[in-house]
Amino acid sequence: MAKPISLWTTLTEPLIRQNPVTLQILGICSALAVTTSVATAVTMSASLTVVIVLSALLVSLIRRHIPDSIRLIVQIVIVASLVIVIDQFLQAYFFDISKRLSVFVSLITTNCLVLGRTESFSRNNPPLPSMVDALGNGLGYSLVLIVIGSLRELFGTGKLLGYQLFATTDQGGWFEPLNLMLLAPSAFFLIGGLVWAIRSVLPEQVEAAEFTPPDTEEAGR
Amino acid sequence: MADLNPISAWRRFLALPNENRFKTVAIAFIVSAVCALMVSGATVVLRPIQAANRAAEQQARLEALVAGIPGMTQLLEQSGGALSTVVINLPKGRAADDITPETLPAALDNAANWKTLTPGEDTAGIGRRPDFVQIYLLRNDAGDIELALLPISGAGYVGPINGILALNGDMNTIAGLAITDQVETPGLGGRIEEPAFLAQFAGTEVADPSGNIRFAVAHGKAGNAYEVDGITGATRTSNALTRTIRFWLGPDGYGPLIAAIKRGEF
Repeated sequence: MAKPISLWTTLTEPLIRQNPVTLQILGICSALAVTTSVATAVTMSASLTVVIVLSALLVSLIRRHIPDSIRLIVQIVIVASLVIVIDQFLQAYFFDISKRLSVFVSLITTNCLVLGRTESFSRNNPPLPSMVDALGNGLGYSLVLIVIGSLRELFGTGKLLGYQLFATTDQGGWFEPLNLMLLAPSAFFLIGGLVWAIRSVLPEQVEAAEFTPPDTEEAGR
Repeated sequence: MADLNPISAWRRFLALPNENRFKTVAIAFIVSAVCALMVSGATVVLRPIQAANRAAEQQARLEALVAGIPGMTQLLEQSGGALSTVVINLPKGRAADDITPETLPAALDNAANWKTLTPGEDTAGIGRRPDFVQIYLLRNDAGDIELALLPISGAGYVGPINGILALNGDMNTIAGLAITDQVETPGLGGRIEEPAFLAQFAGTEVADPSGNIRFAVAHGKAGNAYEVDGITGATRTSNALTRTIRFWLGPDGYGPLIAAIKRGEF
């Protein structure tokens, strides 16, 4: 039997080196929508992490008995049920935030990250490594969301977690809030910048060019 | 003799190959049953807390709605800081005799107290309408109604839209609108919750002098005193809002009540 990869590596790899958002570009849709403030980003990250860990556990527990022909349906049913439970929980205990997250909690069901991990990892591994892998991926996703959320909240409103850090001009301070930061495109730019930064530090993440342009003589040379 | 021991039967079942048709169906069934239990358990256990949250939310929206209408805060202070709550009999257009806000939920559990709407009548898309509705009134010192807060509901583009419509004492000018509950597309139809959109409703007239209800959420800019600006990209939600408000102000909604208040009988 091949030497199993250590649990610690399984947990820490997805944080930066194998980060699901910046390397595999998964889960972008929710990252664009819920990162306008740190509170929503944290709630979304926590919900996703709980869903991904629990679905990893459940799928991994019954992995030997999932018929191949219906494996995706079984996985989606499990994920969707967990998402409904989490959504109900948020509506009960975090009512304000659950309204700001609106449909995005329900959309965790179709988050490629969750399905991707259950399909590729939990289906083939015992419960403990599956949960650790899911936790690592959940935390990697959370890390990106919280970084983007902090940047957007700080520069969009001058606040962080609701505390006014920069005094804005309409309160007599110096900071002019950047409204662009509160719109979805800014998250796109920020994630792009983050991907660029990580790939500058870790050049092995840079994808090979899909095709090389033919080497032709340039006109006028 | 067949082995009836459930444990060994379970073992035999698990030992079947995964491609076995019976096992495929059984696994699908077991997974669905377990998930169904999980989902319904969570819903049932958490429902009271969610209902309390929604009630608190509705109360907050109501207070914000009244506070946002000029002159109403002072009036509210004069009347002792509370809106009077009245359960009305919708088809008769007057206060319900034997139903109080406490007994209202029990009364609404009785299907006899609901009117099933025919497709022609049901412009709001709600299917059936309760005969008894709890409304809120604010009266001035002379006892005249200054403000009526009327709960409304209708089918939006995605799901139900619930709100509270505030009418001024003349029963023809909207004083404000609060959306208490909606699940429209965020950023498009969901914008009906935004203060800038709701602020337009104040001062909009409902019916023309001959009594026709002309209120509408316009496509684009409002063209007359009966319209408010629509939301670009949210035509279906805007239309739903138009139909909902027209329904509730019409003969199957608060029409009889509004007529009674206008006659001074309330």
